[in-house]
Amino acid sequence: MKIVVCIKQVPERDARLRIASDGKSVDTAGVATEINESDQYALEAGLRVAEKVGGEVVALLLGPDAAEEAIRRALAMGAARAIHLNDAGFQGGDASSAAKALAAAVRQESPDLVLTGLQSDDAGWSQTGVILAQLLGWPSATLIMEIEQPEDGRIKVKRELEAGWFQWITLPLPAVLTIQSGIYPVRYATLKGIMGAKKKEMKKMGPADVGVDGGQVGAAGRKVELKRLYVPEKTAEAEILEGDAATAAASLVDRLQKEAKVL
Amino acid sequence: MTLTGSKPATEGLLPLSDVQREIVRTAREFAANELAPHVAERDRKGEFSREPIDALGRLGFLGMLIPEEWGGNGLDTVTYLLALEEIARVDPALAVSMSVHNSLPTQLILAHGSKDLKERYLRPMAEGRMLGAFALSEAHAGSDPAALSCSAVRRGDAWVLNGAKAWVTNGGTADVVLAMARTGGSGSRGVSAFVVEPAWEGYAVGKEEKKMGLRSSNTTEIVFRDLEVPVANLLGEEGKGLAYALGALEHGRLGIAAQALGIASACLDLAVSWARDRQAFGQPIADFQGIRFLLVDLAAQIEAARALTYAAAAKKDRGEHARKEVAMAKLLASRAAMDAGVKAIQVYGGYGYMKDYPVERYFRDAKVTEIYEGTSEIQRLVIASELLDG
Ligand SMILES: Cc1cc2nc3c(=O)[nH]c(=O)nc-3n(C[C@H](O)[C@H](O)[C@H](O)COP(=O)(O)OP(=O)(O)OC[C@H]3O[C@@H](n4cnc5c(N)ncnc54)[C@H](O)[C@@H]3O)c2cc1C
Repeated sequence: MKIVVCIKQVPERDARLRIASDGKSVDTAGVATEINESDQYALEAGLRVAEKVGGEVVALLLGPDAAEEAIRRALAMGAARAIHLNDAGFQGGDASSAAKALAAAVRQESPDLVLTGLQSDDAGWSQTGVILAQLLGWPSATLIMEIEQPEDGRIKVKRELEAGWFQWITLPLPAVLTIQSGIYPVRYATLKGIMGAKKKEMKKMGPADVGVDGGQVGAAGRKVELKRLYVPEKTAEAEILEGDAATAAASLVDRLQKEAKVL
Repeated sequence: MTLTGSKPATEGLLPLSDVQREIVRTAREFAANELAPHVAERDRKGEFSREPIDALGRLGFLGMLIPEEWGGNGLDTVTYLLALEEIARVDPALAVSMSVHNSLPTQLILAHGSKDLKERYLRPMAEGRMLGAFALSEAHAGSDPAALSCSAVRRGDAWVLNGAKAWVTNGGTADVVLAMARTGGSGSRGVSAFVVEPAWEGYAVGKEEKKMGLRSSNTTEIVFRDLEVPVANLLGEEGKGLAYALGALEHGRLGIAAQALGIASACLDLAVSWARDRQAFGQPIADFQGIRFLLVDLAAQIEAARALTYAAAAKKDRGEHARKEVAMAKLLASRAAMDAGVKAIQVYGGYGYMKDYPVERYFRDAKVTEIYEGTSEIQRLVIASELLDG
């Protein structure tokens, strides 16, 4: 079984981020990075399926040279090889232009299963996986919490719904699944894995190599334009709710519902 | 407050290779996820657990310096210290287990063991399936190990060991113990090294020490009573044990230097973030020059000790004579760890003195780095002999 896992490199969770001088992006200079959290889980899920039924995991990443670090990590964790969509033509896109590039690379590989993370921790669109499935014309399911061993060209998965509900569904393969964080504990890259990664194939590809029109991908192919990135302003306002406990609590619930809209 | 800062402590100072950076990342993630949540409790209970060291073994951290041929990863000392420093930053007690295993028994068997000893012990140790200990010190022979009195007498196909070893790290849990015993006359030439299995009859774990720091590390006395060690388990040549042991202590001292750097940099990181957050007189204490200079001096001291430690390790990796630099590194790094503990508590103020905050634990852990694998006085003796008598 061939499994493609799409991974993205993002700033580390507790990195101190600054907005770049263009006002539209994050200044990545000196910022430590990691594989996007839910993509790490996707990789873990892919490796587990491949270990059970046999086969290989191919890591697929779209990003600049610096993203090689994430690829090396994926190889160290157990991916058999990697494809790096790395070309100026791929840069500056949105979820849909990224999905177009990924779809082109996936078509060339024709895997049985594609896994992506549920969402990226930087842009957070939660779109790339589902757009990718749509472009491929493959069935897809989101928010996957468990994967059963594929059988007879079908795969049974558990989806997370709202309010503690789950749903089991079966999809025909090939399919695209977007994986929820926490599905299985993510393995550490072992020292043997890290050293073995040096010998694995890391293929760098541009739009022409994957057979996609340059106008469809990267900045040229995007449908969403980011106008401004800013840090929410902090205000130092505080309000003291008056009255006894019952009155104050009622007033608090009211505000949480109507003003803050969190209840 | 966590210590998951995003970059290796050494980043910027040393040019790390991709492999080194990845290994540091694994060590750091493992420490943050698996060790940090339990380290304070294990210290409080004074409880040793075998699981974290076994987990390190499964990841490959117990065979870092052993060639691939014998089941290890064939890495250099610099890379080993990078990983050890990351573990020590979070769990100094686990770090000493890791240091002893990697620096002493495995190195000794690698350097002087027969093919048979390597197959039976070195391979499983490198693969993390057996944990090693090193038993040199005795109650009356610490700084002066040539005064050790544990005896080994040849009887047929075996050496019969009698005596007691003191303060053995991993003593109550190890699967293999490298033990030094007297086979000949007095002095250093009468000592031989043996590879001993704790399961053998005549081997007993004595008192488990209650310690000021490293409380979740296992330190015990071990007692030999007519312990029969097959002749095949004599390491190398008879009478060379102490020379072998002192040779391996260089790796050991670098390991302790890295442990000390881990403790020191954890204290610095904690003190810096505390200073930024804690307010006094209407401003963060980090804005007072008294605090700023204290932290600056500490940061510079740690960086200097770190630079020396990795330079000494690199010199050793190049196969050059590094006895002096190694002793200097251990001397300065352990001093930095102690100073960092004292200063971090100072910056924390009253909170620093409380068990609820981690700095007092680091402070207690720091002290032993000036004692084991050669006290600071012994490091000075070593440096003096290289400097003045060479
Ligand atoms: C937690 C812990 C773990 C340990 N683990 C191990 C282990 O795994 N294996 C092992 O073999 N040992 C181990 N040790 C023992 C350790 O190596 C010794 O404690 C150390 O070598 C010091 O020896 P000592 O305690 O006998 O002190 P002593 O040798 O009695 O020294 C007492 C003091 O005298 C000073 N001194 C001694 N000689 C001189 C001199 N010539 N000039 C100036 N000053 C001098 C010393 O520096 C020290 O300050 C461990 C100790 C501890 C505390």
